[in-house]
Amino acid sequence: MIQKEDLVIRVAGESGDGSSATGEMLAQAAARSGLQVFTFRTTPAEIKGGPVMFQVRASNNPVRTMGDEVDVLFAFNQEAWRLHHQALAAKSVLLYDPDECTPPESYTGIAYAVPINQIANEAGNRRGKNVVALGVVAGMFGLGLKKLEDIVHAKLGKKAEYLESNLAALRAGIAYAKSIQRTDSLWIEAAGEHHRYVMTGSQAIVAGAMHAGIEFFGGYPITPASEIMEGVASAMMQTGGAYLQAEDEIASVMACIGASYAGRKAMTATSGPGLALMSEALGFASMTEIPLVVVDAQRGGPSTGLPTKTEQSDLNISVYGGHGDSPRIVLAPASVEECFQLTVAGVNLAEEYQSPVLVLSDYSLSYRTETVDPFDLTQYPQVNRLRPEGDLEPKQYKRFAKTDNHISPMAAPGMLNANYTATGLEHNEFGSPASTPEAHTTMSKKRWEKLAPLKASRAYVQRFGSPKAKVGIICWGTTAGACRGALRVAQQTGHDLAVLQLQMVWPLPVEAIREFMQDVEIILVPELNYQGQLAKIIQAELCTPVESYTQYNSLPFERKTILHKVYELMGVEEPVLH
Amino acid sequence: MTAILDPNVIVRKPADYKTDIKPIWCPGCGDYAVLAAIQQALAALQINPKDLAIASGIGCSSRLPIFLQCYGLHTVHGRALPAAQGIKLARPDLTVLAVGGDGDFFSIGAGHLPHAFRRDMNITCIVMDNEIYGLTKGQTSPTTPYGHITKSTPMGNLAQPMRPLGLAISSGASFVARGFSSNPKQLAELIRKGMEHQGFSFIHVLSPCVSYFDTYQIFKDHVYQIPDDHNPQDMVAAMRYALETERMPLGLFYQAEPRPMSVPSEAKPFDTQAHLEHYLA
Repeated sequence: MIQKEDLVIRVAGESGDGSSATGEMLAQAAARSGLQVFTFRTTPAEIKGGPVMFQVRASNNPVRTMGDEVDVLFAFNQEAWRLHHQALAAKSVLLYDPDECTPPESYTGIAYAVPINQIANEAGNRRGKNVVALGVVAGMFGLGLKKLEDIVHAKLGKKAEYLESNLAALRAGIAYAKSIQRTDSLWIEAAGEHHRYVMTGSQAIVAGAMHAGIEFFGGYPITPASEIMEGVASAMMQTGGAYLQAEDEIASVMACIGASYAGRKAMTATSGPGLALMSEALGFASMTEIPLVVVDAQRGGPSTGLPTKTEQSDLNISVYGGHGDSPRIVLAPASVEECFQLTVAGVNLAEEYQSPVLVLSDYSLSYRTETVDPFDLTQYPQVNRLRPEGDLEPKQYKRFAKTDNHISPMAAPGMLNANYTATGLEHNEFGSPASTPEAHTTMSKKRWEKLAPLKASRAYVQRFGSPKAKVGIICWGTTAGACRGALRVAQQTGHDLAVLQLQMVWPLPVEAIREFMQDVEIILVPELNYQGQLAKIIQAELCTPVESYTQYNSLPFERKTILHKVYELMGVEEPVLH
Repeated sequence: MTAILDPNVIVRKPADYKTDIKPIWCPGCGDYAVLAAIQQALAALQINPKDLAIASGIGCSSRLPIFLQCYGLHTVHGRALPAAQGIKLARPDLTVLAVGGDGDFFSIGAGHLPHAFRRDMNITCIVMDNEIYGLTKGQTSPTTPYGHITKSTPMGNLAQPMRPLGLAISSGASFVARGFSSNPKQLAELIRKGMEHQGFSFIHVLSPCVSYFDTYQIFKDHVYQIPDDHNPQDMVAAMRYALETERMPLGLFYQAEPRPMSVPSEAKPFDTQAHLEHYLA
């Protein structure tokens, strides 16, 4: 067997036949053994039925994408073969269930028949098909082979009678793997023990929100954000805090605004359709300078669109959505680790700037699992909104007082002599309705200029790669992983490339972008939407043309797709890898 | 009202709840009487303005918090109730009111009503119903009588007016009453009782608009007092009053044992480390 640098395994079948469970346990076992993992899955929008696939990429190095090519495909049925055989590379391995799937004679690659139902039956566990598959894959290719029994214990060991039959199925799978006459030599195992978390993006957002001190959560079910609501609800059972599953997204965001007005840190999570409904409320939070955090787990749009597919097409509505001039902050995590980090940052920024903050994740990030190194939690302190200090005289409190940094002390109910009404009407320093030209000029400036420091800040910009390069990539959100993967390959092939990842997309960090633009000749902006939403924002804000590069097939970018464009812009021949 | 004898305690009078901002309402608007009745009820209960939060939506009546000593949240059209519930869940220590008009609560925000009723939180909801859109100058509303000609229904209103008290009783509100701005004493009393009630109190107030649909005479001709022998715990009897269309009963329709959605205690610090350990591979 030859130890691979990384290995990509895809398990594909019918929704409900256990292919996702197989993939999840495989990822868990690999992570427990010390490998880094990155998973990717697609599911149908239907409740039952339809094709599903679960992909696990495992490596001894950091992994930032799902992997470009599939090393091993396990096809549970013919449909799985039909949908996924194109992903197979020259040296890939096909595993298939001969009872359900017959690869065409024209297929000349390496293929092994694995009669999973028959093996399960012989092991005395008729329903143990997915555990057999798990044993076969790990038995053949390594991954977390040594940790498999632990994982089966943890996942399926709740009832003793099931545990024994599942372990029997697992061992039968491993034994079958050993009996196969191999013509390939794929193998991966951990180089050393590591203690890492295995989490999804949604789980990391929940952890970040709770760590940042969220005390109120209002939500409404929507794919792919419901797990955030469920996770917060469960975490709040231990800590207290107030939680409401509201009647719709408008109610959930307005309840958050009410709670935040009342002095509690509040957050909601939704997807595009819900965010559209929240637009008016976001403007209200801007106008009344009420801290608020909205997580938008993006999915394919517009309208109902593709609820179970990924896209980065909610940038425009996040930055510009809403009537009037309504400032807000928009953050975009690129990985599970950043889901934690930027959710904490989002809550803190909302407090510091008394502003709505949007955190844009997406479908793929919501559901994929990644290995995450433990956080040094002392690096993530909580920030609290500015409060009025000392005793206040009656009728003197100015909620929207003029200050040097345009941030005014915010009272909460219960404070003496600080009564005020937060109104969506334009108002004066006391918060009283005022529709004079002076009031609107002063207050518009206040609301916008308080965010000005963020335009100059480099705190939420990550730069990677060469200090000078012909081509520089500016990216945001989930696409950054593929860009960093491309960077690694470009440098390995002897080409300079620079990557600027915007963790904060709005206010646009213009200073960092301007500096980056001086170091590169061509700016490539890859993103998962039709219009090139970030590219247009950069061009509008910096008056500099960029090369927009969009993908709108509802799938994440692959590293090779980015690389292809990078080499084209460099004007160099695309090197042949492998 | 409990007499307060301690000389060190400030006794608040209704006028103490006024702000310096004069209401924008037309002379003769029913909402003046509602504002006064709320002040009466607040004084009767000696509510400290620092512990009073009032959420409202958009419309003439939704300006009310601006004219009252309170922490006000003058939100967007129709959303007083979600905001009020957010405040109450986050801060159960506060006295919370949600105020506004028939457009706010029965039209654009109607979707929130049954859910506020069934959650039965300790919030007092006061709807100033003038059966017309006043702030936008005279369009038909969900409670405009059938056939009434307005600017937006030149052929006459072709939809039946809704009966919000029936909705309240059937969806779980535990205190349902109707007052009339021309009967301020009863109104103040109903608001006070509603605020004392520990669940959701829904107070429907007939509050005429003098500019776009002057209903003073119509209301006076149609209102009557619910008889003293009505048992407010009798849901079916209450429903019968709530569904009346020819006449408009005034008083306490329904009051049941409150079953408020449980309000959690003060949040404890979150143990992030322990939480994350669950995800260790």
